[in-house]
Amino acid sequence: MRITTTVNNERHEVDDVWEGESLLYMLRERMGLPGSKNACEQGECGSCTVYLDGVAACACLIAAGQAEGRDIVTVEGLAEGDDLHPVQQAFLDAGAVQCGFCTPGLIVATHDLLARDPRPEDSQIRESLAGNLCRCTGYEKIIDAVKLAAGRMASTSAGGGA
Amino acid sequence: MEFLTPTSLQEALEAKSAHPDAKPIMGGTDVMVELNFDHYRPATLLDLTRVPELAECDRDNGSIKLGAGVTYTRVIAELGDQLPGLAMASRTVGSPQIRNRGTVGGNLGAASPAGDSHPALLAADAEVELSSLDGVRRLPVDEFYIGVKRHAGRDDELITAVYITPPQGPQQFCKIGTRNAMVISVSAFSIALHPDRKEVGTGIGSAAPTPRRARDAEIFLAEALEADGRWESRGALPEGLAREFGDLVKAAASPIDDVRGSAAYRLHSLSVMARRSLGWAWDDYTSARKA
Repeated sequence: MRITTTVNNERHEVDDVWEGESLLYMLRERMGLPGSKNACEQGECGSCTVYLDGVAACACLIAAGQAEGRDIVTVEGLAEGDDLHPVQQAFLDAGAVQCGFCTPGLIVATHDLLARDPRPEDSQIRESLAGNLCRCTGYEKIIDAVKLAAGRMASTSAGGGA
Repeated sequence: MEFLTPTSLQEALEAKSAHPDAKPIMGGTDVMVELNFDHYRPATLLDLTRVPELAECDRDNGSIKLGAGVTYTRVIAELGDQLPGLAMASRTVGSPQIRNRGTVGGNLGAASPAGDSHPALLAADAEVELSSLDGVRRLPVDEFYIGVKRHAGRDDELITAVYITPPQGPQQFCKIGTRNAMVISVSAFSIALHPDRKEVGTGIGSAAPTPRRARDAEIFLAEALEADGRWESRGALPEGLAREFGDLVKAAASPIDDVRGSAAYRLHSLSVMARRSLGWAWDDYTSARKA
């Protein structure tokens, strides 16, 4: 079947999509967007977290056909040109990236968390990222990165930061 | 494979009537796993995410009509005050990403004994609405589960809503798992007190072929509370009552050994969860008088 969808503000038409395939497969294998990672294919690891109409979800659990006409944002859509999103920059600066496989999902999940709650407590960060697994177990640095991003974004939105 | 995308309830019912073997898909948190692992390949997928009627949550004569497509995230945000038991259960489902997509209707459709919403639905005497072109019927939820991952809906029917009258008394939900997030329950228990009709509701998860009530425990507790006027006095529970209640809950279960836990552990944990959740519910009931 043909799927027409908006991904990262660009309209895409994809042909020959199998009716049973996931949005994740369509993004990675048919649209050349490998940022969303494929690990567990059962919603356990969060590595494929994307936005579907503004709601964070595992792309592996969305049927490609369910994305028809919808608005998708992947990790590739968060940066503005060559300027990394503050969440991405914070992950680099805090050393929250080890092998990097979980990073795209964690970046999107963190982006979603900070949109809902700009200054989350540690417990809220842990709860919000509970669906994203890092098998390098770099969680402490990841939490540092979330707090670093939150601080930078708050100071920017308050007009006081650089 | 066919992919059907009805955009109204009428279209969805027509599609299900024309394709009785079609697999309904909502948040995909169960159906897509089976497809991704090639455990199952239906001839037709029936996408219900574009059916606006299913995403509604209405008040209806004192009960809540929870559309089958309402996500756990919305249950937590919109129904936490009136259905705290179901909201507690919803908070234990997966992760934020899963709760954003998964639905109570989908949990019912999968009818897994481990589904998190079932114990709270049982304790609250929920009714499942099943719709087809022939009409609409409502089934008490404890008659809905008929076997491991099997329910009483017909092939031409869709699960369209759950009706729940908010229990007048406290509700609690407990779940045992290997960690505090992203976990399928090893065992689960929910209790609701119904002081208006001097009844107790219970629900057991992951400890029998289907989610089920602990009827003997419900009757025992309700009668014990009535016998010494404790529904009215709201006095402290007598020594041993919660333990006996826990033992009766345990006796209602018939678990198996599997990868998540042994039958013996499930039985023990159920008795502990039942005892503790009764204690918490009774504390709530007692403090409600003082408030």
